[in-house]
Amino acid sequence: MSDKILFMKSHEWVQFLDDTTARIGISDYAQSELGDLVFINLPEVGDEVIVGESFADVESVKAVSNVYSPVTGTVKAVNEDLLDQPELVNSEAMETWFIEVENISDKADLLSELEYKKLISES
Amino acid sequence: MEKKTPLYDCHMESGGKMVPFAGYLLPVQYKSGIIGEHMAVRKAVGIFDVSHMGEMIFRGKDAFDNIQMLVTNDCSHMTDGQVKYSPMCNGQGGVIDDVLIYRINEEEYLMVVNAANRHKDLEWMKGNLYGDVRLSDVSDEMSLIALQGPLSNDVLSKLTNQEDLPQKYYTFVSNINLSGINCMVSRTGYTGEDGYEIFCENRDAVRLWNLLLEAGAKHGIMPCGLGCRDTLRLEAGMPLYGHEMDETISPLEAGLGFAVKMTKDDFIGKRGIMARGTPTITRVGLKITGRGIARENCTVLCDDKEIGRTTSGTHSPYLGYPIAMALVDKDFSRIGTSLLVDVRGRKVEAEIIPLPFYKKA
Repeated sequence: MSDKILFMKSHEWVQFLDDTTARIGISDYAQSELGDLVFINLPEVGDEVIVGESFADVESVKAVSNVYSPVTGTVKAVNEDLLDQPELVNSEAMETWFIEVENISDKADLLSELEYKKLISES
Repeated sequence: MEKKTPLYDCHMESGGKMVPFAGYLLPVQYKSGIIGEHMAVRKAVGIFDVSHMGEMIFRGKDAFDNIQMLVTNDCSHMTDGQVKYSPMCNGQGGVIDDVLIYRINEEEYLMVVNAANRHKDLEWMKGNLYGDVRLSDVSDEMSLIALQGPLSNDVLSKLTNQEDLPQKYYTFVSNINLSGINCMVSRTGYTGEDGYEIFCENRDAVRLWNLLLEAGAKHGIMPCGLGCRDTLRLEAGMPLYGHEMDETISPLEAGLGFAVKMTKDDFIGKRGIMARGTPTITRVGLKITGRGIARENCTVLCDDKEIGRTTSGTHSPYLGYPIAMALVDKDFSRIGTSLLVDVRGRKVEAEIIPLPFYKKA
């Protein structure tokens, strides 16, 4: 796992590609808590995402959950593989990004991998 | 504080993800996940801990008359060893619970009720008893294990003689010896598959659970949680109390007319159901054809008109697309009707398709 990957307390990860561009996904812990994912509702290219606000929802067989954005910016790309294969998140959560965001103007207080691991070990 | 069933440690050992449900801690799924468990039941065999279900015994000369009065279905032609499904209504014809009635003999019946309604049911029934009958809640003394799937008979025959098992759907046999454990075995279930529900004493539950897992190992048996119990019953078009029906909905509106016998002399709720007249709503099955999953309580629209709401919905693991049940205006309930479902603000396309969604071969 790259040391550039940071986490939100709500279990999203963000990987900065440069200062204003990043990829966002959900953590392995999050996918294991959600169970088998069967549908992911993603934003479209050009949509704005706002730090701390939901930009997608993930549906497991059992329930639906929001995915929160760690940054404010514009959606540059969405991972369209997820529309037909949401289970990719279950098999490789840390490798499977949801969206790529550019023009990042704000970001949340993020946790390092170590801090995040500590958080989930306590939960 | 939730109670643990006698099988709690077995669930933990199998990696059960425990959640509170109807006052108990029960597994929502195990390691393999809801879809894997679901498919095991459809293709092979699965085992469920349903010990949380409520069990009530009616004993006495007037046991039958009391049951006949409490439920909407007609129990008069039942023979010993038969099981019958029925709603139980309040005076207004709303559903208090839906139950299974087991005729043990002329003066002894077992009623299996939903765990979440156990205390309410007991209070309601006690308040309506008359004559020579004793009603006792034996839920805490009994464990209940469901063995479900096309291979369930192969598995269970390993623990007893095939001919000792109940042969027909909706029949049961008391005092069956399963590898030395005294059980009551019922050929019933909540999955749309062939299968059994096995009642035993709490002290035998762990041994029976492990015996069944061992007997089913070669058949690919999987422990199954509440998650797939819900997806299986939904595919099978089976109603769930608190979703497809409640105290404000009559059994006719919930599509349970087959279990309401208006020709019966009298029963609690008969006049209430009559007073409601011909139902204006009905239960339908929806295939979600757009992108999204409709859960319960989504508004259903037809040509911009609100025609009802969804009562349950999920992704169907067997069919591979999202399904839902809904209570809708009868005038818009024809098979093939195109609808929209409001899924958290998004209008998603759906179509009325026949229930059940899944029927075993």
